[in-house]
Amino acid sequence: MSAKKKDKSSAETMVKKEREVSKAKLIPVHIMGKRYDVPEGLTLMKAMEYAGYKFIRGCGCRGGTCGACGTVYRKPGDYRLQVALACQKTIEPDMHITQIPFFPANRAHYEFADLTSAPEEVFKLYPELFRCVACNACTKACPQGIEVMDAVSALKQGNITVAAQIGFECIQCGLCTSRCFGELVQYHMFQLARRIYGARITPRAEHLIEMTKAIDEGRFDNTLEKLRHMSEEELKELYRKREEEPVTAGEDWRPKDKTYL
Amino acid sequence: MSYLGYPDFFEPYIKRVEQTRPARVEMRRKGKEFPLMSLEERQEILKYHPDYKEEGKREIKVGPCKGYRIAHEFVDLLEAKSRVDPDKVDLTRVDYETDVLVIGGGGAATIAALIAEENDAQVLIATKLRHGDANTMMAEGGIQAATKGEKDSPYYHYLDVMGGGHFKNDPDIVAAFVKKAPDALRWLEDLGVMFSRSPDGRLEAMHGGGTCRKRMHYCADLSGMEIMRTVRDEARNRQNIKVLEFSPAVELILNEHGRCAGALLYNLETEEYSIARARAVVLATGGAGRLHVQGFMTTNHYGATADGVVMGYRAGIPLAFMHTVQYHPTGVVSPEQIEGWLVTERFRAEGADVVNIHGEKFVNEREPRDVESARFIKECLDGNGVPTPTGKVGVWLDSPVIDILVGKGRVRTAFVGKWKVYDRLGIDISRAPMLVYPTLHYQNGGLGNNVECETAVPGLYVAGEVTGGLHGENRLMGNSLMDLVVFGRIAGRNAAVFAREKAKEGQLTLDHVRRYHKELEEAGIVTDGVAPMLLPDYTSPEVRKRQLTVSYLGTLR
Ligand SMILES: Cc1cc2nc3c(=O)[nH]c(=O)nc-3n(C[C@H](O)[C@H](O)[C@H](O)COP(=O)(O)OP(=O)(O)OC[C@H]3O[C@@H](n4cnc5c(N)ncnc54)[C@H](O)[C@@H]3O)c2cc1C
Ligand code: SF4
Ligand code: SF4
Ligand code: FES
Repeated sequence: MSAKKKDKSSAETMVKKEREVSKAKLIPVHIMGKRYDVPEGLTLMKAMEYAGYKFIRGCGCRGGTCGACGTVYRKPGDYRLQVALACQKTIEPDMHITQIPFFPANRAHYEFADLTSAPEEVFKLYPELFRCVACNACTKACPQGIEVMDAVSALKQGNITVAAQIGFECIQCGLCTSRCFGELVQYHMFQLARRIYGARITPRAEHLIEMTKAIDEGRFDNTLEKLRHMSEEELKELYRKREEEPVTAGEDWRPKDKTYL
Repeated sequence: MSYLGYPDFFEPYIKRVEQTRPARVEMRRKGKEFPLMSLEERQEILKYHPDYKEEGKREIKVGPCKGYRIAHEFVDLLEAKSRVDPDKVDLTRVDYETDVLVIGGGGAATIAALIAEENDAQVLIATKLRHGDANTMMAEGGIQAATKGEKDSPYYHYLDVMGGGHFKNDPDIVAAFVKKAPDALRWLEDLGVMFSRSPDGRLEAMHGGGTCRKRMHYCADLSGMEIMRTVRDEARNRQNIKVLEFSPAVELILNEHGRCAGALLYNLETEEYSIARARAVVLATGGAGRLHVQGFMTTNHYGATADGVVMGYRAGIPLAFMHTVQYHPTGVVSPEQIEGWLVTERFRAEGADVVNIHGEKFVNEREPRDVESARFIKECLDGNGVPTPTGKVGVWLDSPVIDILVGKGRVRTAFVGKWKVYDRLGIDISRAPMLVYPTLHYQNGGLGNNVECETAVPGLYVAGEVTGGLHGENRLMGNSLMDLVVFGRIAGRNAAVFAREKAKEGQLTLDHVRRYHKELEEAGIVTDGVAPMLLPDYTSPEVRKRQLTVSYLGTLR
């Protein structure tokens, strides 16, 4: 992130939408201690861009899913240090903001194929799990509203399933980690839990195994070969004749025509 | 003051939606839907689609597809110069040496890297932002595969893909795609991707626009994120995969035998260029939403700027299906903070109604995306759109219907990602509808390739959104996540095999860039524009007016 020179190749259209906000009322924000006046209603990210910053780091999806834009801020008269995603949080007057574009975090290496669903595997890879002092700072920090401490506790108790489910919405922004008293890297642990849960704990889909088997045995080869050589008109005819599974149909719905199954 | 979290302005409009809701729910309960259009009616409506606006396009004057009419925003980049002067690059000073160079850090790239590594290749991933900052991370809705043999098969998947793409798709690619899709899902299961499923393990599945069977599998509404973070985690475990972040490729490097032999990388922070030499290259740089074609808002991530298309075209690869761009029908119009963001098609698949200013339905919710978008645009042009206080217009997506139909709490649990985004802004979408309008979403076409992910340049493989062919003129939801898994795997394997068996060492060259520059000159194109764009610029015009530095010599920018 740096207030950089303009990239000449970028098209003017890009700022069209952003321009409309310039009619709004201006309010002061302090970006890394320096004051800028920006239109109210913007996200922290758009406010920084409005001020003239062009991001290299600290900006990814711009939509709250990638965790690139972790930011710390303080509001006037408030002793608390708070955290948020820059692409999600709306600016407030006189906020002080600083991004955390990168946070060094410990991640264990493992051979996934060799892992079982035994909780001890997680304990071995992340022994610091037991340094958690249950202060709940992680939960308070999480922009996704995840009960982070509950997931950590579940892992400590060896309940990978619960940890995976609670930690499912984690966008790996690292904000919990930045506030953690026990120096845990919660999001890497949740990642491990999710993978173990997904591959070793939930039952696998039988119908998927059957379908891949049928395909391997060549059941659809002739049909596909014919489709591949059909004219547009013939294809359109078949397309029109497709039977539609109704939106409200249950799992027991079956088509009338079974020729191509 | 606000009504259900929206500014007061919207109160009368929302109330109309509430008035018509019970009758619409009744229709749904009886299994009655708004009629789907016939193929002829679709054709008629498509005239309202931005792709059909001729003034939005022009012919490219240079390169292998000279004369092809595509959006100005693409032509601007294809008619720009390289970021470097080829004469100044010392190609004998190689900085990175690898078997397979993977350009990009999204789904297709990471999966290609994994499979190349499994085929004994040393892999280097060079990506623009962080590993995983990519459109793949953002996909919400789901991933298509015909997995339920009692009602579905690759036959139906094939027809749906073709119908969605206006029957123009490459049949070989589509056939391979529908056949390999189920195994790709199984591979993801093995890696630990948490698909939504019933307690007995059956995968949940639903409709998407243009599907005749429910075959859209999903991981709640964070499907792409779950897939992306899982494959990235696996890549981090592999000793033979190295990752360079904030190091986009800016040019492909060929060798004297005309093969692809690496790329010129650019360190975004130190502004140094470096040379990565490879025995084979996979190009998987994704899409182009940040070009804001025709001024549309976009759903795409920050780095979606068509770089791969620019680099590949300069190296001589023809374009395929670049004349169409996909607009997702349901992008957020209001609240401002989340303007342009995607509202997944799955809301419509689960029963959310699309209604106009009168609270009336005017389109079936499951038309293919281009048709659905064009129909929204028409409805608004006809004066039936809902206005916003800042002068925009949209139609309602009535999500509360889902809770009534499926059960209370369904929106909160099945669409947890979106629910939270709105909740932070004070709106509960299980009680209030969402205001939406089409938003720039997907690059339907791209670099031409075949079913083996090969291109016109030997040793260069492509996969994912940067390619063109599979989706024809219009991609269906759920087919691009599957695209990147199926063809990411194929590209990775073939690149590793090429590196091992077919690569021929030779002197590195950027002659193709010199030739391209010459062609620009001969076509009379005078430009100081450079491409690839790498990142868009959103600094305010006011600030730009005051950025007066004449040139950047010396120690201070
Ligand atoms: C909001 C949203 C929702 C979506 N929902 C769905 C869905 O439900 N189902 C579905 O099937 N599809 C969906 N899609 C589409 C799908 O996610 C994408 O088409 C797909 O993920 C593209 O994958 P990719 O690997 O080709 O590209 P990406 O995942 O975008 O990866 C491209 C990578 O290349 C990098 N890169 C770009 N330029 C360079 C360069 N010059 N040098 C090096 N690296 C570079 C980027 O930084 C990025 O890491 C959605 C897309 C969006 C944006
Ligand atoms: S759990 Fe931690 S890393 Fe994950 S989203 Fe919450 S704060 Fe971010
Ligand atoms: S912040 Fe760290 S120590 Fe505190 S509860 Fe969370 S994991 Fe435990
Ligand atoms: S930019 Fe991705 S979460 Fe903010």
